[in-house]
Amino acid sequence: MKKYIDQGKQDTRSGYGAGMTELGRTNPNVVALCADLVGSLKIETFIAESPERFFQVGIAEANMMGIAAGLTIGGKIPFASTFANFATGRVYDQIRQSIAYSGKNVKICASHAGLTLGEDGATHQILEDIGMMKMLPGMTVINPCDFNQTKAATIAIAEHQGPVYLRFGRPKVANFTPADQKFEIGKALQLTEGTDVTIIATGHLVWQSLLAAENLENQGISAEIINIHTIKPLDDRAILDSVKKTGCVVTAEEHNYLGGLGESVARVLSQHHPAPQEFIATQDTFGESGTPEQLMDKYGLNNKAIEAAVLRVMKRK
Amino acid sequence: MPNYEELQSLVTQVRRDILRMVHKVNSGHPGGSLGCTEFFVALYNEIMELKEGFDMDGKGEDLFFLSNGHISPVFYSVLARRGYFSLDELNTFRLIDSRLQGHPTTHEGLPGVRVASGSLGQGMSVAIGAALAKKLNGDDHLVFSLHGDGELQEGQNWEAIMFAAGKKVDNLIATVDRNGQQIDGATENVMPLGDVAEKFRVFGWDVLEIENGNDLKKVIDGLNEAKSRTGKGKPVCIVMKTEMGNGVDFMMHTHAWHGKAPNDEQLATALAQNPETLGDY
Repeated sequence: MKKYIDQGKQDTRSGYGAGMTELGRTNPNVVALCADLVGSLKIETFIAESPERFFQVGIAEANMMGIAAGLTIGGKIPFASTFANFATGRVYDQIRQSIAYSGKNVKICASHAGLTLGEDGATHQILEDIGMMKMLPGMTVINPCDFNQTKAATIAIAEHQGPVYLRFGRPKVANFTPADQKFEIGKALQLTEGTDVTIIATGHLVWQSLLAAENLENQGISAEIINIHTIKPLDDRAILDSVKKTGCVVTAEEHNYLGGLGESVARVLSQHHPAPQEFIATQDTFGESGTPEQLMDKYGLNNKAIEAAVLRVMKRK
Repeated sequence: MPNYEELQSLVTQVRRDILRMVHKVNSGHPGGSLGCTEFFVALYNEIMELKEGFDMDGKGEDLFFLSNGHISPVFYSVLARRGYFSLDELNTFRLIDSRLQGHPTTHEGLPGVRVASGSLGQGMSVAIGAALAKKLNGDDHLVFSLHGDGELQEGQNWEAIMFAAGKKVDNLIATVDRNGQQIDGATENVMPLGDVAEKFRVFGWDVLEIENGNDLKKVIDGLNEAKSRTGKGKPVCIVMKTEMGNGVDFMMHTHAWHGKAPNDEQLATALAQNPETLGDY
């Protein structure tokens, strides 16, 4: 099995900040907006280097989304950033009407997604955002897995014409994808080749899937890991090619099983190649306070849970 | 010096368009449309600097955003008569496969519309964004927006009002259609708005009032005065008093015609009060 090395733990939100720094230097049309969370979103360097292209809107996310929509009229590429909860649920109708339905080239950049926000608790831990965003016609939905991929995704979406939801997180996690890997929107990455089971993972669960696959290999189970960073449009081909080979699938995401990546995969399989599937996701619940590790353990979103799901799904083949 | 006679003819013709459009599909919003007819005619034919043709970015020209999208009939009629699309297309208002959706959208590519509106309270934020883009582009043209008074009950407006003043968006002229009516009745009964001008003032805007928004000359004078106040560090607000349903006697002094179309007989009466001037579509 192909091995991946953790190049040193980093937060994906810093990947966003690094991507913004580069865009500030290379693309004069990129502008940034933030709702009183500059430090959390790691965009200090962008602001210091391009202060005229930054708009601090205060604690007013609805206004931020509308202003972002307006900035596109005149050719700007706005990156509107805040916590995932306030970037989606709080402002769904603003995104729907002023951005998605209006076809505006706004990049909604959402940090602190999922349980791994940690101690702040369920008011801030959104687990429904992928579902909300993928249902909007024309919205691209991206959930990168580590620092390098988040940075590459940030840079890539500036070149994409149309609204994008970019979701990332707070905790420092393994950084294992190549720093020079080109980010292709909508193109799944096969991380390992395998024959017994397909693990389709997004975001923080990708590294956990790699850890699970190592243990499974020791038990003689060959897992093929597909990193889906773009949940919409989904790389149907990559999913089908793998599952046709392995005959079963585990999906893994830091999100409710309703509305998430797992449901999107189930849709593809049910249409084209029905196969047993297990869902690593939260089970229609809110989160709570705790350390990221405690929460991911309690809600069954780590390598141990993935391993167990693989054993379950293989029995159903 | 504006040609008031010509503009007044256009006002009357637009009122006919509005009435005929909503009558044909037995739906739509005549009340606010009729109340804002002078404003739209003045804006598009006397006040705004506009390029020929339409492109989404609108660089090098003034821009307009309609926040209270339900008064689409007056918007569509004035856009068509300004040449953004053919008058014939007014026949398709609210019909299947039309670019003239119930509420204005960009989705079907209708020239003249730069954002969807209808879900209320979002237009000022969008107008601010467009005004900021103009500043970044070194484009000294202005951004105009229109808002219903009832719409100010949406909290997003106050976020936007605070931002525009706080960040000195002084290339923006936001007009509030103060007709005092909303779907469920008088604004002051449904949710009192109080002194709208004073509210904008304390938020840091430069505010002027048009006492009669159905007097074409007063509307033009007010808009010109507003233009003269731009570029001075404050966003400009016009509180414009209008009469919902203006120009049709039985539609005035009530909220009843906010979202209701006239029947055949009512249409005939209404059109008789607004005789054809420039030719029906």
